[in-house]
Amino acid sequence: MGNKQTIFTDEQLDAYQDCTFFTRKEILRLHSRYHELAPHLVPMDYTNEPDCKLPLALIVDMPELKENPFRNRIVESFSEDGMGNLSFNEFVDMFSVLSEMAPRELKAIYAFKIYDFNVDNYLCKEDLEKTLNRLTKEELTPEEVELVCEKTIEEADLDGDNKLSYADFENMISRAPDFLSTFHIRI
Amino acid sequence: MPRKSAAAEEVGIDIDEDVSDSDDGDNRRRANRRQGGGRGGGRGGARGRGRGKKADSDEEEDDEDEAPKGRGRGGNRRRPANKRGAGRNNDDDSEDEAPKKKRGGAANRRKGGKAQESEEDSEAEKGKKGRKGGKKGGKEEDNGKGKKGDAKGKNKGKDKDDDKDKKKKKKKDDSSSDSNSNSDEEEESMSEGEMARLMEEVEEKKKLIANIRNKPWRMKRRLVLLKEAQQFVDKFEGALGKGKGRKWYAYKVMMTKKWIKFQRDFENFRTACIPWERKIKEVESHFGSSVASYFIFLRWMYGMNLVLFGLTFGLVVIPEVLMGLPYGSIPRKTVPRAEQPTAQDYSVLMDFNGYCKYSVLFYGYYNNQRTIGLLKFRLPLSYLLVGIGSFGYSLMLVIRTMAKNADVGGGDGEEGEFTFAWKMFTSWDYLIGNAETADNKYASITTSFKESIVDEQENQKDENIHLRRFLRVLANFMITCSLGGSGYLIYFVVKRSQEFANRTDLSWYEKNELELIMSLLGLVCPPLFETIAELEDYHPRIALKWQLGRIFALFLGNLYTFLFALFDEVNTKLDEEESIKNASIWAMKEYYANYSRLLNDSDSTPPPMDPGDVIRGPCWETAVGIEFVKLTVSDIQVTYLTILIGDFARAVIVRFLNYCWCWDLEAGFPSYGEFDISGNVLGLVFNQGMIWMGAFYAPGLVGINVLRLLSSMYYQCWAVMATNVPHERVFKASKSNNFYMGLLLLILFLSLLPVVYTIMTLPPSFDCGPFSGKAKMFDVIMETIDLDLPAFMGTLFSYAANPGLIIPAVLLMVLAIYYLNSVSEAYQNSNMELKKKMQMARDEEKNRRNNKDSTNQVMKDLEDLMPNRSLSPPAPPEPEKPPEPEAKPTKTKPGSAGKGVNLQKDVTLASPNPNARGPIDRPPGPRGPGPGPRGPGPGAGGGRGRGRGPPPR
Repeated sequence: MGNKQTIFTDEQLDAYQDCTFFTRKEILRLHSRYHELAPHLVPMDYTNEPDCKLPLALIVDMPELKENPFRNRIVESFSEDGMGNLSFNEFVDMFSVLSEMAPRELKAIYAFKIYDFNVDNYLCKEDLEKTLNRLTKEELTPEEVELVCEKTIEEADLDGDNKLSYADFENMISRAPDFLSTFHIRI
Repeated sequence: MPRKSAAAEEVGIDIDEDVSDSDDGDNRRRANRRQGGGRGGGRGGARGRGRGKKADSDEEEDDEDEAPKGRGRGGNRRRPANKRGAGRNNDDDSEDEAPKKKRGGAANRRKGGKAQESEEDSEAEKGKKGRKGGKKGGKEEDNGKGKKGDAKGKNKGKDKDDDKDKKKKKKKDDSSSDSNSNSDEEEESMSEGEMARLMEEVEEKKKLIANIRNKPWRMKRRLVLLKEAQQFVDKFEGALGKGKGRKWYAYKVMMTKKWIKFQRDFENFRTACIPWERKIKEVESHFGSSVASYFIFLRWMYGMNLVLFGLTFGLVVIPEVLMGLPYGSIPRKTVPRAEQPTAQDYSVLMDFNGYCKYSVLFYGYYNNQRTIGLLKFRLPLSYLLVGIGSFGYSLMLVIRTMAKNADVGGGDGEEGEFTFAWKMFTSWDYLIGNAETADNKYASITTSFKESIVDEQENQKDENIHLRRFLRVLANFMITCSLGGSGYLIYFVVKRSQEFANRTDLSWYEKNELELIMSLLGLVCPPLFETIAELEDYHPRIALKWQLGRIFALFLGNLYTFLFALFDEVNTKLDEEESIKNASIWAMKEYYANYSRLLNDSDSTPPPMDPGDVIRGPCWETAVGIEFVKLTVSDIQVTYLTILIGDFARAVIVRFLNYCWCWDLEAGFPSYGEFDISGNVLGLVFNQGMIWMGAFYAPGLVGINVLRLLSSMYYQCWAVMATNVPHERVFKASKSNNFYMGLLLLILFLSLLPVVYTIMTLPPSFDCGPFSGKAKMFDVIMETIDLDLPAFMGTLFSYAANPGLIIPAVLLMVLAIYYLNSVSEAYQNSNMELKKKMQMARDEEKNRRNNKDSTNQVMKDLEDLMPNRSLSPPAPPEPEKPPEPEAKPTKTKPGSAGKGVNLQKDVTLASPNPNARGPIDRPPGPRGPGPGPRGPGPGAGGGRGRGRGPPPR
């Protein structure tokens, strides 16, 4: 970055590169995006790992997420406190998982978390209803929602406990043709 | 995971506390390294990364799973060591050699280890060990320096071994909880087992470094673990990736990225090249795939017509315009004198008479000159070949598309086991960042859900099968009756009109009876069929097919009458022609006779007659062409007007009169129109039939059709979005549009027949068109063979035309068809078999997956990712706390629980307002019934806590 102010040490950049699917440049760009969200909060100098978190409301406003019906869930899933406050680390993590290069297994885990609205590590009917209503902007009638949720569970539930565990979900999603192409965000 | 964290702790203590104080560790270490290693800083970082990559490339083909490796210690132990040794050999053979000599009789396994040491040695010698030196502190550096001085000292090597061993053992003890037997002999020389374990550990760490980005861990934890692993590897293995391997890997990664990007761009480019994709998607998102299938069909048709247009214009029309004789030079290119005054009137032009009739649009304009222009372009031949070629091309295209569609239909048609689940979890495209696109996406997802629901309801419908069958038979009977009735009616009317043709005192009704009856049938029958189809109660998709088939059968009557009338006309024209031909020859002779008589000079050649005055024949080809063009144009007008009045006007009335009407117009009687799929598809199909039949007689027709399809695309897209409402039951189109294609193929065949008939049997007009003067149209081919090709080709063709040759050829083809058919059947069978096998394999996989440990690891990770909040909200309320310890033992060890909870508390204190969201997010309702689901929550919290035990604070 030439004579510019150093944002990260080389080591940090290397570590980030090892831990994510981004190149150096992309990490720096992510930082600048992160910085833009709240210029007065986020320091430009990250060499000493400042402890700074951005609230959900700011992150959800990014154009990449703004139209996503699951934006709150995405951010919450990636935040350590579950409230949607993201540190830079988590921010990078989020886009790394959602990047094109991330493998299916990794994406599946986070997708599962995103769709798990009540954070109980199972996708139960309630979760499915919420998912469906967000997908369709509540255009379906309650009966239709009921039917779809039942069918979904029926299709994917292998162990017959009437809710989807991660194993069920993974089994289902690993065969979905569109999952990889739709579950990613370019930044 | 507990293993890791414990290891981390140990490392923290063991290694100069460079993890535990990693807060400022970075800075310090950097400084440290600067002092110690000169330019080590930059290189150290780079090397660390390179190492990771190298490891990655090394082990790409290895099993990614760590479990088997860990378990099969005895068996696998040798492999990595050897492998690494071998790998290293490439890099620094000489360095490897030296130590080998030193420790002469070492076992194989030891060689691997030695290789590693030698590596370290070499690194140490270079004295640029950035990271390693820095991290290990002075002790190691001393070692390294010492070694530099005395590279061959065996003792030194031993020293180092011991040193290493000590460290390694500590770590090993905690990390791989199975080894503590050997820990006493710390100070002694390393045993082979130790060595191997060390190697394995290093290997594992390297793998971890390579794969850490794939682990579902929190970033912070990942960073910490990465640092640990790197340090570990650095310490015990020395720099690995240097030179070639690393560069190659970096290059590979870069190329992969570039390739992905290129693919993406190419894909974008390709989709950008498909016209109207967005328009159709938009329609689809609101009206469902069935309506969209019409537009896709329309687009396909447009593509095909563009090619036909290119053929016709490129090979026939443009050559004639550029190289042929200009207008007015010969009779066939001139408007007759009698018609000249009105030739430019609007009404005349609208009927395609006057200048239109004698233009390049129609057959009659073309001259029968064998070659035209400088290029010696054989226009008549080209005309015939283009006529036949466009049929051939259409036939090929339709059949190919059908085959491809069938392929698609068979390919993923079976994959129905996760319809709803996939829709639910993969239909949203996370890339969408545009509000309008997002709205469309919502609509399309809703529509597709509705489609699937309709399908599902259809499956679930339990019905009285006998009643249903009876009703279906009844409906089919009724429809057959009405089809037969209308067929007879058409036949009757056609016959009557032939009688009328001989009379002159016709009333208006009698004159237009045929047209009236036809349009009446077209008006009444489709709704009638639709009503009857209600009885059958088919799935709407199947109902659409039936409807299409029935209306098609009805419209065949239309086609039949039209062709019938046309052939009548042609026959009368042909009769007429004979007499006119004689008359015109007579007139010509008379003209010359008069000329020579007037001038009294029989030698001088008379000036040619004015082309407007020549008597000419009726030119039945042009007449037929005009008929088709007129039909097409009127069809366009009717279609567009229907949309404008039937849909747009209706929509406007319903929309605005609704404010002052006594009942609800929008919901009640007139309502908005639905998009009439069957009518539109059939309109398109029949229109295409007209084009195929007419294109031979009116080359311009193809151009008109292209314009029509183009405008129709925009117009109908607009109309459907603006004035129509989605069907009551939005249904999914069948995957292959093969039903439409089948209809098209039938029409193609039907329109092929009359054209081929005229080409092969009817004599062309004597004074117009490219084939004038020949007995049959296809004589132009014979002529070319005779005149332009070498003589032996002619004989060859005559042999080929021999029935003795043709019959065996046909037989051969039939045999080939039979053979291919049976082969494809066999393939289909084996396909089914394979599918069954796959299904079985899947089930097996399911069962295995269900009771395997590997999923448990993932489950743990998942729990690890649970936010701390999962524990924090229940903390304040009292009664929910107790069940947690009970649930916990199932998931985690009791010992860790306390720690986890404590940590949790810390974090919850740190987080801003733990209770603010609690009550909203987790209403008591759902929480109550789920003590089961709640179980993992706290357990996860515990796991998470332990996972974060060692980190920096």
